[in-house]
Amino acid sequence: MSLADTARTAGKALRTFGRTLGVAFALTFGTAAMAAAPAAPVAVAPVAADSTAAAQTAPVDAGSYTPMAPTPGKGMPVDKGWTFQDQYSPTGEEALFMHDVILMPVIVAISVLVLILLVVVAAKFNKRANPVASKTSHNTLIEVVWTLVPVLILVVIAVPSIRLLAHQYDPAPKGAVTVKVTGYQWYWGYTYPDNGGFEVISNMLPDEEALKRGEPAQLAVDNRMVVPAGEPIRIQTIGSDVIHAFAVPSLWFKLDAVPGRINEKVLMIKEPGVYYGQCSELCGARHGYMPIAVEALPRDKFEAWVKTQPGGTVGPAEAAAPAVVPAAAPAEAPAADASTAPAA
Amino acid sequence: MATIPANEGFDAHDHAHDHDHDHKPAFFARWFMSTNHKDIGTLYLIFAIFAGIIGGAVSGMMRAELAHPGIQYLGYFAELLGTATPTFDQQLHLWNVLITAHGLIMVFFMVMPAIIGGFGNWFVPLMIGAPDMAFPRMNNVSFWLTFVGFLSLMFSAFMPGGTGQGAGTGWTVYAPLSTSGSVGPAVDFAIFSLHLSGAGTILGAINFITTILNMRAPGMTLHKMPLFVWSVLVTAFLLLLALPVLAAAITMLLTDRNFGTTFFDPAGGGDPVLYQHLFWFFGHPEVYIMILPGFGIISQIISTFSKKPVFGYLGMAYAMVAIGVVGFIVWAHHMYTTGLDVNTKMYFTAATMVIAVPTGIKIFSWIATMWGGSIEFKSPMIWAIGFIFLFTVGGVTGVVLANGGVDDNLHDTYYVVAHFHYVLSLGAVTSLFAGFFYWFPKMSGRMHSEFLSHLQFVIFFIGVNLIFFPMHFLGVQGMPRRYPDYAVAYSYWNEIASYGYVVMAGSMVIFFVNIAYAFLAGKKAEGNYWGEGATTLEWTLSSPPPFHQFETLPVIDDAAHAH
Repeated sequence: MSLADTARTAGKALRTFGRTLGVAFALTFGTAAMAAAPAAPVAVAPVAADSTAAAQTAPVDAGSYTPMAPTPGKGMPVDKGWTFQDQYSPTGEEALFMHDVILMPVIVAISVLVLILLVVVAAKFNKRANPVASKTSHNTLIEVVWTLVPVLILVVIAVPSIRLLAHQYDPAPKGAVTVKVTGYQWYWGYTYPDNGGFEVISNMLPDEEALKRGEPAQLAVDNRMVVPAGEPIRIQTIGSDVIHAFAVPSLWFKLDAVPGRINEKVLMIKEPGVYYGQCSELCGARHGYMPIAVEALPRDKFEAWVKTQPGGTVGPAEAAAPAVVPAAAPAEAPAADASTAPAA
Repeated sequence: MATIPANEGFDAHDHAHDHDHDHKPAFFARWFMSTNHKDIGTLYLIFAIFAGIIGGAVSGMMRAELAHPGIQYLGYFAELLGTATPTFDQQLHLWNVLITAHGLIMVFFMVMPAIIGGFGNWFVPLMIGAPDMAFPRMNNVSFWLTFVGFLSLMFSAFMPGGTGQGAGTGWTVYAPLSTSGSVGPAVDFAIFSLHLSGAGTILGAINFITTILNMRAPGMTLHKMPLFVWSVLVTAFLLLLALPVLAAAITMLLTDRNFGTTFFDPAGGGDPVLYQHLFWFFGHPEVYIMILPGFGIISQIISTFSKKPVFGYLGMAYAMVAIGVVGFIVWAHHMYTTGLDVNTKMYFTAATMVIAVPTGIKIFSWIATMWGGSIEFKSPMIWAIGFIFLFTVGGVTGVVLANGGVDDNLHDTYYVVAHFHYVLSLGAVTSLFAGFFYWFPKMSGRMHSEFLSHLQFVIFFIGVNLIFFPMHFLGVQGMPRRYPDYAVAYSYWNEIASYGYVVMAGSMVIFFVNIAYAFLAGKKAEGNYWGEGATTLEWTLSSPPPFHQFETLPVIDDAAHAH
């Protein structure tokens, strides 16, 4: 275990180093305006703090929501990045560990071994060094060795790989928040069937608008998929016209949205934040222009957000979840919400 | 009358060799109605080079667009292709047309025609001591079906295809984007193009299997066949079993599009994922179809220039058979994110990793063939050594992608693009160049410039690595494939990749200069210009070989393996 932890820390350090290097580059040369732009909100107090204040003053039933400002470098690609994005889901961390600690060393070792052998062969057995070629064409022992050793290596890889798959397919617990993700040409719809069945339509923001809001261009959207952090969520995907794929790299999550079938997988986001992704199955002309933004909020803020949605309810199923629900969410509140809360 | 047999006999034939009176047909009959395996092979090679120029130009257009974030050139390209003042959506559609065309051209009209149609046609009969292919007329049909298939694909670029002109479905032609998602005849033409070239290739596969199983020279048992012939035999079986499945799948696409069937339409009880299963049941063997003959070529070259027989010959031959067999039962690793259930995904993860074992056997056997050899670094050998390393790099990223759980993040990102270009663009194409320089003097009778070939290798090696290695970084950072535009964070590596393209294109210029040099000033090639290491039957013939060879069958010396 301690070895694994050490390796994980090492992997993290390596990635941080890479990112630091990248940021240093960007700052030094200042070529990419983008590198500087997301950095600005860091200095300012996170917008999320404002929303907390708002939640305390506003009436509970009306709900409240201010989009969270993304943390630069979190849940999004980084300039000149060359490693995986940091992971914010348990299976994502496990998969990253699998890649960084098991797969990478193996594949680097194999590639280097082949390279070294080629260099040695070229140096030792060229025409000048070795004018007369041997006639050896068999060696049973070595052939058995280079068949069995790869088999053993693959078994060593397969065990954690299969375990990872099993974890990724753990079903969501009863009462988990369900989000039905629908892929349209060319935008996303997020439906909350257990929270009143409202659908959030999510379109890409124009570049200027995204930059104005301190978000990365091409990735920012007008309405995010908002979910609670720290608990398993049930994600269901479906395509309404052609196949799309719902993908968020920093959560190690990708699931095709296929017309005529519902795919389901559990997603657990460990901490609040904004996590960006993009459609990952060719779906026509604007395939590259239907990004995904997932905003994970603490349970109470998530519920406050739900109430801002037309018809948004916080039902008994959610009340059972371990969360600090402020006071009570009366059963009759949904009806009131539906009539009073306008589409914000 | 009694004198005629004597004149037409062996003496007369030898006489014809000496004076180059090969009784070749006139131009039109020779090149348009050809039944000669060498001429058809030449046609295939010229065709593949031509298609490669077009496919390579398309990738140049893509790298230009991707050099910087934003859309810069697509509108201009769309105007060039006939859309006056293209809308933004039409420009984006053109992007999808480009990726589709690049994939289809490179797979079906460049690599396959060159490696199977070109080198296979030229050298399988020569290496097994046969006078020609088993079905020479069918051989001609194969080529012209492929040619017409290519025309059909080219036409499709100028037809309405939904949002804009041309088929913008990706080379995988996934339903329902390719059915309800693409109105207009462009996709029908693209599908028809696959039908035609597929039919041609099936006929070619039948031809190769029949030739190899029935027309080997006396004494050449299956276990004495050169490994290139083994590789073509395995490939031909893969083609024969895989292509009909593709034909069925795309025929169902056609009927879904035009005749109201709903094979892939859930509204009528169909399933879009069924198409993916059918496509990849063909598609995965297809990638081995592209690389296996390359393995064969590399084996011949490594053995020739190490002046040693291939190490572990039987292991090498049966490793290819194993790759071919296992290649049919791993297809769903292309579909890890489609919603497969957990057991299916575990099976395909395990089965896919198994392929690494026979592939590893081949890599290590090549190195063992060189071990103890007396290696000459002639141009084909340089390309072959480059192949071994680049293919290894492409192979190990395949082991990463094989893990269904890890692939969840990498699927449909640039990591996958990097992986399959390392095995194909840097693997199969490198083996094509290796084979080209190995056999070009044999085919043309003229020596190419060794210097230019070495120079091309160095520049090509730098160029392709600059293009494709950074794509691993883009992929792990999450950049999806098939995107004309991207977040600014991805711009650094994209820009480097685009510079790499320029370097690679420079190496192609050297290639064509080298061919021109060979024909204009290259010295005449002897029969066996590579010397003692070249032991297969094609080296017993003149360069170029006579129009009809082996009218008396060669007998394979059995001394080495006396019973």
